[in-house]
Amino acid sequence: MTAGLFDLSGKVAIVTGGNGGIGLGMARGLAQAGAAIAVVGRNQTKSKDAVAELTESGARAVAIAADVTDKTAVDGMIARVLKELGRIDILINNAGINIRKPPHEIALDEWDSVIKTNLTSAFVCSQAAHPAMKVAGGGKIINIGSMLSIFGASFAPAYAASKGGIVQFTRSCAVAWAPHNIQCNAVLPGWIDTELTQNARREIDGLHDKVLARTPAGRWGASGDFAGIAVFLSSRASDFVTGTAIPVDGGFSVQG
Amino acid sequence: MHGGGGHLLTSNLFDLTGRVAIVTGGNTGIGLGMAHGLANAGAALVIADRNRDNAASAKAELETSGHPVLALTTDVADPNSIAQMVSATLNAFGRIDILVNNAGISISAPIEDMTLADWQKVIDVNMTAPFICAQAVYPTMKAAGRGKIINIASVLATLGAGGAANYASSKGGILQFTRALATAWAADNIQSNAILPGWIDTDLTKRAKDIRPELHDRILGRVPAQRWGRPDDLAGAAVFLASGASDFVNGAALTVDGGFSIQG
Repeated sequence: MTAGLFDLSGKVAIVTGGNGGIGLGMARGLAQAGAAIAVVGRNQTKSKDAVAELTESGARAVAIAADVTDKTAVDGMIARVLKELGRIDILINNAGINIRKPPHEIALDEWDSVIKTNLTSAFVCSQAAHPAMKVAGGGKIINIGSMLSIFGASFAPAYAASKGGIVQFTRSCAVAWAPHNIQCNAVLPGWIDTELTQNARREIDGLHDKVLARTPAGRWGASGDFAGIAVFLSSRASDFVTGTAIPVDGGFSVQG
Repeated sequence: MHGGGGHLLTSNLFDLTGRVAIVTGGNTGIGLGMAHGLANAGAALVIADRNRDNAASAKAELETSGHPVLALTTDVADPNSIAQMVSATLNAFGRIDILVNNAGISISAPIEDMTLADWQKVIDVNMTAPFICAQAVYPTMKAAGRGKIINIASVLATLGAGGAANYASSKGGILQFTRALATAWAADNIQSNAILPGWIDTDLTKRAKDIRPELHDRILGRVPAQRWGRPDDLAGAAVFLASGASDFVNGAALTVDGGFSIQG
């Protein structure tokens, strides 16, 4: 019975930014729970590698190149998923970027680019996936927030604004689409060892040790730490869980 | 990036085979719903409850999972009873991997009329008892090198309720206690998290509905999911927070309320 609670056999999941880091960690979890995966990303080489790995592990997976900020491209991506995998049960809005500059230096086009990639993309993808989920009688949407959904950082004004926004967008969808049996939740990763944060660690002096010192778990997170939460929020184990924002941060956000 | 967890089978991520869980207030309602989830994931269960009436039927129900179940008569308002609960568990199973602090009571009254005794009783059971239970299981979890503590708060941990100041205060307190535990015992590989149930159909809320007949429809009208929760809605959250699937989740407050608390 419990195995059934977390079982995703026959389900189809879209993971944007699914070819690396947290996205791939989630895709691996979903694949191992039985879901077919559409890996959406801009970097086609990385997407092909991710699909090869997921396929080798026994899952069905396809790579789809799409700019998630472009509505036409997203509509095309959704149509391809429906054509190739037959349905859409799970959407993980994970694609994200950061431009590290303080508020007085970040340019308007840089601001727009971060907001579009991190926040507008989730709106565009969710809207595009909604009809298929509604017709199917249910669905699961997982939006990736951040510690900067709740904290400020001097070097990430647009990133923090986008991640605060995505939590409120999550709550809006949760309330709006609950009658369609679509649960929408946000995951707030702490400091995770990925390409994105490797750049940050190179550029920000002392970041690595500062994070270590403040994280009660005493380590940086790994992409594999996201498999569990992804499966929980994608499965019927979470059918009465909607509109939440769940930190996966080794306790970083509760350290006083 | 290749994270360690990615190589595990997902079925193992949520597997509790060989683990021992204590659920206080585990005979009925949310406690029993979570106990079902944990037992079906493979855990041996200790249901510790003041109320003996449902002990035999709850034990029999849980035993259909095929895993051992121990039903204890425990009054979490009494520290000696908690000590007995822990020693009985260790005698029976030799270990404690999971503690679910679920036992709770509600005594409603307007703040201006609430007696100090009724305030204190609710704080003692809902907030102080989890402190005593956590302290009591800590040595065995620390020695084992891992553990999971799940505290049952409420959506009233963050929202107000005029008639339940004692209850809301105890639940806000348990949430902050969870965060303190999370930071204190992370180094011992013990993860502590809270679950915030919304309005769930249980004996506790049935009594509330008896006192306030309009409550049923008022809640229905506000829950985006358009239904009251059921005890088994908590099973998934319990298994997630009790298993290896949540090893980097610590100090979190996981709301299970069908969207009630975020409805504007």
